[in-house]
Amino acid sequence: MSTELAIETTGLVKVFGENRAVDGVDLAVPTGTVYGVLGPNGAGKTTTVRMLATLLRPDAGSARVFGKDVVKEADAVRSRVSLTGQYASVDEDLTGSENLILLARLLGHSKPAARDRAAQLLEGFGLTEAAGKQVKNYSGGMRRRIDIAASILNTPDLLFLDEPTTGLDPRSRNQVWDIVRAVVGHGTTVLLTTQYLDEADQLASRIAVIDHGRVIAEGTKGELKASVGSGTVHLRLRDAAQRPEAERVLSLALDATVQLDADPVALTARIDAHGSDRGAAEQAARALAELARSGITVDNFSLGQPSLDEVFLALTDKKGVAA
Amino acid sequence: MSTATTKTELEGVELAAPDAERLSALLVGLERPPRPSALSASLTFGWRAMLKIKHVPEQLFDVTAFPIMLVLMYTYLFGGALAGSTQEYIQFLLPGILVMSVVMITMYTGVSVNTDITKGVFDRFRTLPIWRPAPMVGYLLGDVLRYVLASAVMLTVGMIIGFRPDGGVLGVLAGVALLLVFAFAFSWIWTMFGLLLRTEKSVMGVSMMVIFPLTFLSNVFVDPKTMPGWLQAFVNNSPITHLATAVRELMAGNWPASALAWSLGWAGLIMVVFGAVTMRLYNRK
Repeated sequence: MSTELAIETTGLVKVFGENRAVDGVDLAVPTGTVYGVLGPNGAGKTTTVRMLATLLRPDAGSARVFGKDVVKEADAVRSRVSLTGQYASVDEDLTGSENLILLARLLGHSKPAARDRAAQLLEGFGLTEAAGKQVKNYSGGMRRRIDIAASILNTPDLLFLDEPTTGLDPRSRNQVWDIVRAVVGHGTTVLLTTQYLDEADQLASRIAVIDHGRVIAEGTKGELKASVGSGTVHLRLRDAAQRPEAERVLSLALDATVQLDADPVALTARIDAHGSDRGAAEQAARALAELARSGITVDNFSLGQPSLDEVFLALTDKKGVAA
Repeated sequence: MSTATTKTELEGVELAAPDAERLSALLVGLERPPRPSALSASLTFGWRAMLKIKHVPEQLFDVTAFPIMLVLMYTYLFGGALAGSTQEYIQFLLPGILVMSVVMITMYTGVSVNTDITKGVFDRFRTLPIWRPAPMVGYLLGDVLRYVLASAVMLTVGMIIGFRPDGGVLGVLAGVALLLVFAFAFSWIWTMFGLLLRTEKSVMGVSMMVIFPLTFLSNVFVDPKTMPGWLQAFVNNSPITHLATAVRELMAGNWPASALAWSLGWAGLIMVVFGAVTMRLYNRK
C-alpha cells in the first residue's frame, strides 16, 4: 500500500462472556487526520480503542498501528501512541506537576529535562497556578487538560482520545477542541471516540459510525450526510389530532418515511433529491401545498441540511425511525 | 467538605485558557529520549509510591501504631505465662513478632494494586514503552520503605521494654535485611491477588485467610516442641518458621546457615512463581 495508514484493522473481535463487544470491526485511518469513531454508549468504541492501544488482546482479527501488530509488536506500537482514556489517566493523589514529571521520567527524560518539560506544558495549558495541587481537586476541564498534557509529553504519532469532552461544560469543551486542532496541526493522527455528533462534525475529517460492535457506516462527513438524503423537513401542526393525516399526506408527497417526533404536533421527513428531477426545496413546497389542500394547518415549517444527528439516528436506531 | 474550599481557590485558574499559538510551540521539535532502563523505570515508580505517602501520611498508621500494639500486647499477654517473665520472653518474641508484623503488612500491597488498577492511570502506565514489571516493582520498592519503618518502630519499642540482642547492631541489621528481602519476594503473592480479585474487600479477605494461619502456625510465639506431631510437621516446614529462626539467630549473633538457606530459597521460589503469574495477569488484564 502506497499511503501509510496510521491504523488498519480487519475483522477485529472482542468478546466478554456472552457479549460480543466488538464484532468484526474494519478500520483504515489515514495519517495526519482526526478520525472520528461515533456511537452510542456500549457500542464498542472504548473496547476498540483499548485493543488498538495494546491494553486488550483481540479475540479474533488483526490490528496494525503504523504497520506494527498490536499484539506481536506491542512495544513498537506503545512507543508511538498515547492514550487519554474516558476517565482521567493521571494519578489523582499526586499534583499536576508531579504527574507530568513522573510520566516524563518514564519516557526517558532526565530529571532536569522532565521538570522543564512539565513546567512548560503546565504553562501552555494554563495550569501553572494549579501545578502544586493534587489532581483530585481539579475541575473537570482542568483534569482533561492535565490528561492531554500528559499524552503529549513526547508528541505522539497517534493520539487516542476516548470521549475527551464527556461531562465538560461548553467552554472547557471548546478548549479541548482547540488543543486537538493544535495537535493535529502538528502532524499527529488523532483517533477520537465520541457520542457527540457536533464534536465529530467539528473535528473529524472521516467518521466511522459504530453500533453493537460493528461499523455501520464509514466515510467523510459529506458522504455520511448525503447517505440519508439531501434535506430534512420539520413541521409543526396547530392540531395534534391532524398528525396521522399529515403523516399520510407527507409520505405520499415526498415518497419518504415520516418520523413522528416526541412533541405531539411535530413531524420530520427526509427528502431525497438525488434520484429525483426536482430539488429538495421544490419537493418541500409541493408537500406543503398538498397539506394545505387536505385542510391541515401548519404553524411552522423548516427545511434544513441533514445534520450528523439525523445520520446517527437513522443509522443506529432504524426501528425508532420507522415506528 | 474539605475539597470545596480548594475548588473555589482554583476557580481563578480555570480562566487561564490555553491558546493555540502557545500550544503549537509546545509540540514542535521535541527530541524523543531513549527509553529508560528497567532499574530507572522501577525507581521512578518507587518515587511515585513515596509521593503517595507524602500526600496521604495517614496510610503509615499500619506500619507504626499497629506494630507497636502487637509488641506490647503479646509481650505482656504471654510473657509471664510462656517464659516466666516479660523480660525473658521479649528476647525470644521480638524477632518473631517483627517477622509476623512485616509479613502481615505486605498484604496492603495487594490492596493498593487493586485500588490502583480500577483507576485510569493504570491504563496510561500500561501503554508506556517501559519494562513491563516496572510499575509492580515500584509498588514493592515503596513498600520496602514501609517495612523499614515498621522494623525501626518495633525495634525501638522492643529496646525500650528490654530487648537486648547479643548480635549487636550488625546482627540486628542483618536480621532486618533478610526480613526485607523475604517481604519483597512475599509481596508478589499480593500483587497477584490484587490483579486477580475484583474488589478491595475480597483482596483483604483472601489475604487474612492466608496470613493468619501462616504467621500463627509458626515458631513466632512458642517453641513447636509443645505442639502435636501433625502440627509440628506443618510448622517446622513453614517458610515463616524458617524466616523467624533465621532472623532470631542473626540478631542473637549466630550464623543460622540452614534457616538462612531455607528462607532465601522460599523467597526465590515465591518470587519466581507469583512474579510470573502477576506479570501474566498484568499483561492480560
